[in-house]
Amino acid sequence: MLYQSPHTAAEAVDLLKKSKGSVHVLAGGSDLLVRMKGGFIEPDLIVDIKRIPATQQIKASKSGFIIGAAVSCAELAQNKALVKAWPGVVEAANLIGSDQIQSRCTMAGNLCNASPAADSVPALIAANAEAVIQGPKGKRVIPVAKVVTGPGKTSLKKGEFIEALKLPSGSAKSGDAYLRFIPRTEMDIAVVSAAVNLSIDAKKVVTDARVALGAVAPTALLVPAGAKALIGSKLEEEALEKLGAACAKACNPIDDKRGTIDFRVKVAKVLATRAAKAAYARAGGK
Amino acid sequence: MSMLISSTINGDTVDFICEPDETLMDALRNRVGLKGVKEGCGTGDCGACSVHLDGKLVCSCLVLGAEAEGRTVETVEGMSDGAKLHPLQTKFIEHAALQCGICTPGFLMAAQTLLENNPDPTETEIRYALAGNLCRCTGYDKIVRAVQDAAAVMRKKSK
Repeated sequence: MLYQSPHTAAEAVDLLKKSKGSVHVLAGGSDLLVRMKGGFIEPDLIVDIKRIPATQQIKASKSGFIIGAAVSCAELAQNKALVKAWPGVVEAANLIGSDQIQSRCTMAGNLCNASPAADSVPALIAANAEAVIQGPKGKRVIPVAKVVTGPGKTSLKKGEFIEALKLPSGSAKSGDAYLRFIPRTEMDIAVVSAAVNLSIDAKKVVTDARVALGAVAPTALLVPAGAKALIGSKLEEEALEKLGAACAKACNPIDDKRGTIDFRVKVAKVLATRAAKAAYARAGGK
Repeated sequence: MSMLISSTINGDTVDFICEPDETLMDALRNRVGLKGVKEGCGTGDCGACSVHLDGKLVCSCLVLGAEAEGRTVETVEGMSDGAKLHPLQTKFIEHAALQCGICTPGFLMAAQTLLENNPDPTETEIRYALAGNLCRCTGYDKIVRAVQDAAAVMRKKSK
């Protein structure tokens, strides 16, 4: 195996493009090294992207935030502007693992690992985040929702890697929230999760919403019908019931030791409703 | 192909050779001889291999040795001031906060990180901060009390 730590995106792309055999991008390593240890992968080349300056920065501007792919989840919590604008995204990222893992794990890595139960992914999808991808044909930007194509699979092509994630600028009248169900209080993988991001007007009526679910399908799901149920409402009981029904309909979960299909569908409704209420409160609705 | 890595480990410049797929944990133990870095699970669940990498608490089993190039690493071996133990080490002994001892270096590194950021943590904050470290002997109560006591000593010293 070879280990390379390029200092520019162009060098990284070149290494990834020319590589033969099994090649893996390393950011925080909290998934990659576990997979290596377990013998699930045997890389011929690892490209560590942490020495590329753009991967290490959080840039805030009027148009939003650009979060480098190697920024650890712990660092997200230390960025006050980011926490204020996207509390749901940050709380989702901070739910991953212990303090030791938080020092290393990244949202871009969480995304590329492509687990259906990834905590930060539903929150990023609800936030309408985008992935900045570097590749042999230059830079391209796609919605985070288009990155994961199935368990362990992404739409990234040979030679490509995610350099950063982009979040829109939050507004005073918007809020987001992420909730997950796990059978213990800390450090577990989501059995079901839900993220809601919404905006309200001066009369506290929801003007815009995005609803996403995790761990109930091969990939995290955007649920447009759930968002539709919220828009135009003040989160009255009827709107929340419609949201729950839309989420239940969107679910396509597996039955496994961690949760049955029925349980997952039921909990998805509950979590989406609670996340909607939390996001509404953060937007200034209640 | 072996790699030559140069890091600052416990304050000293150290060059070591490691394989590209060798973890920092294995490199510290087998190349540098720092056996205070313990292997429990090897997958980031137990925290026995916890070290400080550029001041951040990490599981060294989830870091490649090659990543330590130009970085600073602190292990439990660098915790005492010569023969003078760190207050956390003293209090772990006084409170008998260990039995078999495998988890202890990791707990000490995690507790040190906690007290650097939060000199007066509540019991809940201590339990959350140490949630990445598993101990199968003590039931954790003695460890929590040792950290509380060490925090009190350190607060007094810094006044």
